[in-house]
Amino acid sequence: MRASRSEVRTFNGARDVNRRADFPLLANDPGLHYLDSAATSQKPASVLDAIRDFYETSNANPHRGAYALSVRATECYQQARQRIARFLGVRDVDCLIFTRGTTEALNLVANSWGRAHVSHGDEIVVTALEHHANFVPWQQLAIEKQARLRVCELSSDGRLDLDCLRGLLNSRTRVVAFNHVSNALGTINPVAEIVELIRENSDAISVCDGAQSAPHLPVSFDTLGVDFYAFSGHKMLGPMGIGGLIGKRATLEAMPPYQTGGDMIEFVGDERTTWNVLPHKFEAGTPNAADAVGLSAAVEYLEALGMDRVLSHERSLMSRAQTRLEEIEGLRIYGPPALGRSGVVSFTMNDVHPHDLATILDGQGVCIRAGHHCAQPLMRRLDVPATARASFYVYNDEADIDALVTGIMKAREIFGYVPT
Amino acid sequence: MSRPESAAELSALYQDLILDHYRRPRNKGALENADTRVEMKNPLCGDEIALQVAFDGNTVSDLRFSGRGCSISQASASMMTQLVKGKEAEEIKAIGRRFRDLMLGDASAAGEKELGQLRALSGVARFPARVKCALLAWNALETALAERST
Repeated sequence: MRASRSEVRTFNGARDVNRRADFPLLANDPGLHYLDSAATSQKPASVLDAIRDFYETSNANPHRGAYALSVRATECYQQARQRIARFLGVRDVDCLIFTRGTTEALNLVANSWGRAHVSHGDEIVVTALEHHANFVPWQQLAIEKQARLRVCELSSDGRLDLDCLRGLLNSRTRVVAFNHVSNALGTINPVAEIVELIRENSDAISVCDGAQSAPHLPVSFDTLGVDFYAFSGHKMLGPMGIGGLIGKRATLEAMPPYQTGGDMIEFVGDERTTWNVLPHKFEAGTPNAADAVGLSAAVEYLEALGMDRVLSHERSLMSRAQTRLEEIEGLRIYGPPALGRSGVVSFTMNDVHPHDLATILDGQGVCIRAGHHCAQPLMRRLDVPATARASFYVYNDEADIDALVTGIMKAREIFGYVPT
Repeated sequence: MSRPESAAELSALYQDLILDHYRRPRNKGALENADTRVEMKNPLCGDEIALQVAFDGNTVSDLRFSGRGCSISQASASMMTQLVKGKEAEEIKAIGRRFRDLMLGDASAAGEKELGQLRALSGVARFPARVKCALLAWNALETALAERST
């Protein structure tokens, strides 16, 4: 049985319009309970419209043509950059480089800055909480440069052990890579404290994976204090295939290009080439202008809600989910207490494998993620091969939690557990 | 939009026999004097299996598996080890081919006696995301047979 939906739902206590109606995929499928936004978010109609509108009214290759349509395409692309930069608290707009997403942004830093600055005997610090995208590029760089990769361990409840981090930092540390919010557990890391530790104990640069923070928390790059911040559009209501890297001007200007080709050059001689200015130096080839425009519309949607309200909405859903799930016998929740997490609940139940749980929940219209969440180093430390993960966003409500709990009870029944 | 899985399909997937093999796996553990050991992982969900096989000529004289995974992967491995023990490589390969047919939704395979208890897994075909779980042990076994023949 599926939980019914109320026509008017609450959002941070205030009576509000039906947010689900803004998302065509959800509006077209009332029985669907989408609880996998940490993997990718659904898209509001305004984002889909913005992309379509770009192709219908402004499509041309930006930065190329002398004709008015190309100028319009260039303007759309640049306005999108400005809007997204403002949303993420970046005053120097040229320091926001568009990439395909977080993974490409982190690979950019590892390949460009990393290869130029890390050498034999140096040290790179990552954490046990990382997504593979902020772990493997550094591991591979360390192998290539014969540098040492060191892993910051966790407290028993899935938070970074800052004493461990302090112990790892020294004059040989070149990079410290960590996430703002863990995709697997939802842990919100104390970025300011981490940055201060790095500054006090090393000359390393800080690389922050913001894939799970930009969608869910108010973020201001200029006040975070990190050297690099990477994010993905598709997790924050935008389209797939667009995201970005934010850095500091002096650092970015001193870095060699990551990819070479069109748009990123200043002058190409037969023997050598000079590079274009920021941000173009890091954006080789035809830019993904349409998706940048789509992400700009997503940011507009989030700004209209207010990121403080997005956060408190998720918090209230999560504390409710936590309470309901804790009542289920044999269910174990991983990670820090609910207040230290963004809208993610990672759990296991008795001997029901998360994969089986996800299949049974799918039968009830509930989409959750089951697996290692691209965080195998973390799973090893938790000593579980996999967990089930439910994650919340702006369009979720209590009916989704009811459906989650109902589905888990169904799984218990199938696996022969008596009702609790 | 209709869900791909009805309640009946879920019941067909999680039959008692499958849950029994999941909770009381047969031939699980280490095999002394194994001739071949193959490890396989399903990177998507983290399922892993290590299969140890002892041969007597072309016959699989004994085999054991270890590792962890979902009910489908564990039950499939358990049933497979019971079924193939004492059989010749060619016969095992033929069973493997029919089992793959079954997983791809070939209804005729569901009626074949030589698949034995594996037929209880026929419901997996309705869950495309789970087919690879059921095939993990078979991939390991076929690799072991291929290594033996080279």
